[in-house]
Amino acid sequence: MIKDITVNVDAKLSLNRYDVDEEAAHIELKEPDAAPDFDREFDKLVLACPAGLYKRDADGRTSFDYAGCLECGTCRILCGTTILDHWNYPGPTKGVEYRWG
Amino acid sequence: MADFDVIVVGAGCAGSVAAYQLAKAGKSVLMIERGNYAGAKNMTGGRIYSHSLKKVFPDFEEEAPLERRVTHERISLIDPEANFTIDFTSDKMHTPGEDSWTVLRGPFDQWLAQQAEDAGAECIYGIPVDDLVTEDGAVKGVVAGEDTLTADIVILADGVNSLLTAKAVGAPTPQPHQMAVGLKELIELPAEVIEDRLLLAPGEGAAWLFAGDATHGHVGGAFMYTNKDSISLGLVATLSDLVTADTPVYQMFEDFKQHPAVAPPVKGGKVVEYSGHMVPEGGYAMVPKLVTDGCLVTGDAGMLCINLGYCVRGMDFAVTSGDFAAQAAIEALDAGDVSAAKLARYTQLLDGSYVMKDLRQFQKFPHFMESTKRIFNEYPAMVRDMMNNLFIVDGEPCVPLRRKLMDPVKTVGIMNVLKDAKGGVTAL
Repeated sequence: MIKDITVNVDAKLSLNRYDVDEEAAHIELKEPDAAPDFDREFDKLVLACPAGLYKRDADGRTSFDYAGCLECGTCRILCGTTILDHWNYPGPTKGVEYRWG
Repeated sequence: MADFDVIVVGAGCAGSVAAYQLAKAGKSVLMIERGNYAGAKNMTGGRIYSHSLKKVFPDFEEEAPLERRVTHERISLIDPEANFTIDFTSDKMHTPGEDSWTVLRGPFDQWLAQQAEDAGAECIYGIPVDDLVTEDGAVKGVVAGEDTLTADIVILADGVNSLLTAKAVGAPTPQPHQMAVGLKELIELPAEVIEDRLLLAPGEGAAWLFAGDATHGHVGGAFMYTNKDSISLGLVATLSDLVTADTPVYQMFEDFKQHPAVAPPVKGGKVVEYSGHMVPEGGYAMVPKLVTDGCLVTGDAGMLCINLGYCVRGMDFAVTSGDFAAQAAIEALDAGDVSAAKLARYTQLLDGSYVMKDLRQFQKFPHFMESTKRIFNEYPAMVRDMMNNLFIVDGEPCVPLRRKLMDPVKTVGIMNVLKDAKGGVTAL
């Protein structure tokens, strides 16, 4: 059971500089019906994604948005063969751009 | 005839050092970086141990955009109700070539890539390499978008999350117990405030690692490094154990940041960036094949990294591996033979150096840390109880010192403590 989240991780992401590729998603999930154990795998990413891009609301509905991605690859390591359809780096000049790193 | 003698993929520590040495030796080099500048996709805790950088750039202290020389090492066992810290400082920490410096990868990587460019390497930015050109298992070049570029040798320096090493050398996807996720806030504060709060002489810095409640008792830890005008505050958690937690990693970090031992140093600071990156923590067991026909694998892409809890190293390994890769590539190009057999000079050089010697020396440690969860929960509580017994005076008659210290040990179990101590000593 995942405890309540008090921090606003989206506000942290808004500090970063991004050039989001609106045309193409560099990470996409499989349809829940197409992946056995979708929920269990998804919850791993709720816990491990540092950008909090994998969300489950109070009613248990899942959502994912690649826009704030930090491009760390954690979800690829955990779920690359289970619920991810593909994991690529964003296209040329796109994605996060760390000013300090 | 190939387009270049060497194509280097990735402009981090390993890539830029390799490109610099190759260009200096008169080879034609193209370095391709997916960030819009070197460091744009990179982050570190963190600090670089200077020994390997100094070999390549003897005057780096004057030239590189460094933050602070680390003169204080702090290690904490942190419990929700307490914090126990060791603070060590020594004149030895001021010795050039034996010291370490905090850095920020944006400015630092740009400087390093500039050295390669000034030496004659061509660098292109903002272009991810999508694929490798291979022929009968030999690497012949790279594919980036519509373009194919060929080279006699390709050096992969594309980092911990390389999508290319699988094709090049058959590297397996790392397992969740071999990888950790790191996240970091960069918190701006005036230099004098940082120095006053962290007890530092002007210009000097601290490296501070925390084990225990930082990760809610899970395998991992937190860190605080002082930069010139900012503090790098972050957390690292091993993936396999993190997914058994009840709290998302970014919430763990927020809880850590509120801890009474952590909040005061960063109080009033302005968070200006939030970054994330993986760390290869599996040690020697996860190092893939590093050489194939026409290709060398360096730095984090080769999983060349060590985390001993009190000492975390990756950038110095990356610098040395980039340096050795360049040396092996130069010899191979001069001999007109870029086969794996000839390029094996690279692994010989690594084997003969601290890189592989240290990775082998500490090869048991990743498993020890992963399987000794008491380090992250029971031991911080044990030390808390010992210190409470030692320092709290409540007017009751005192118990003997040995009981003050041994009672908390008995709570964990003397056999457990002995077993873990033996395990730790063996692994280190």
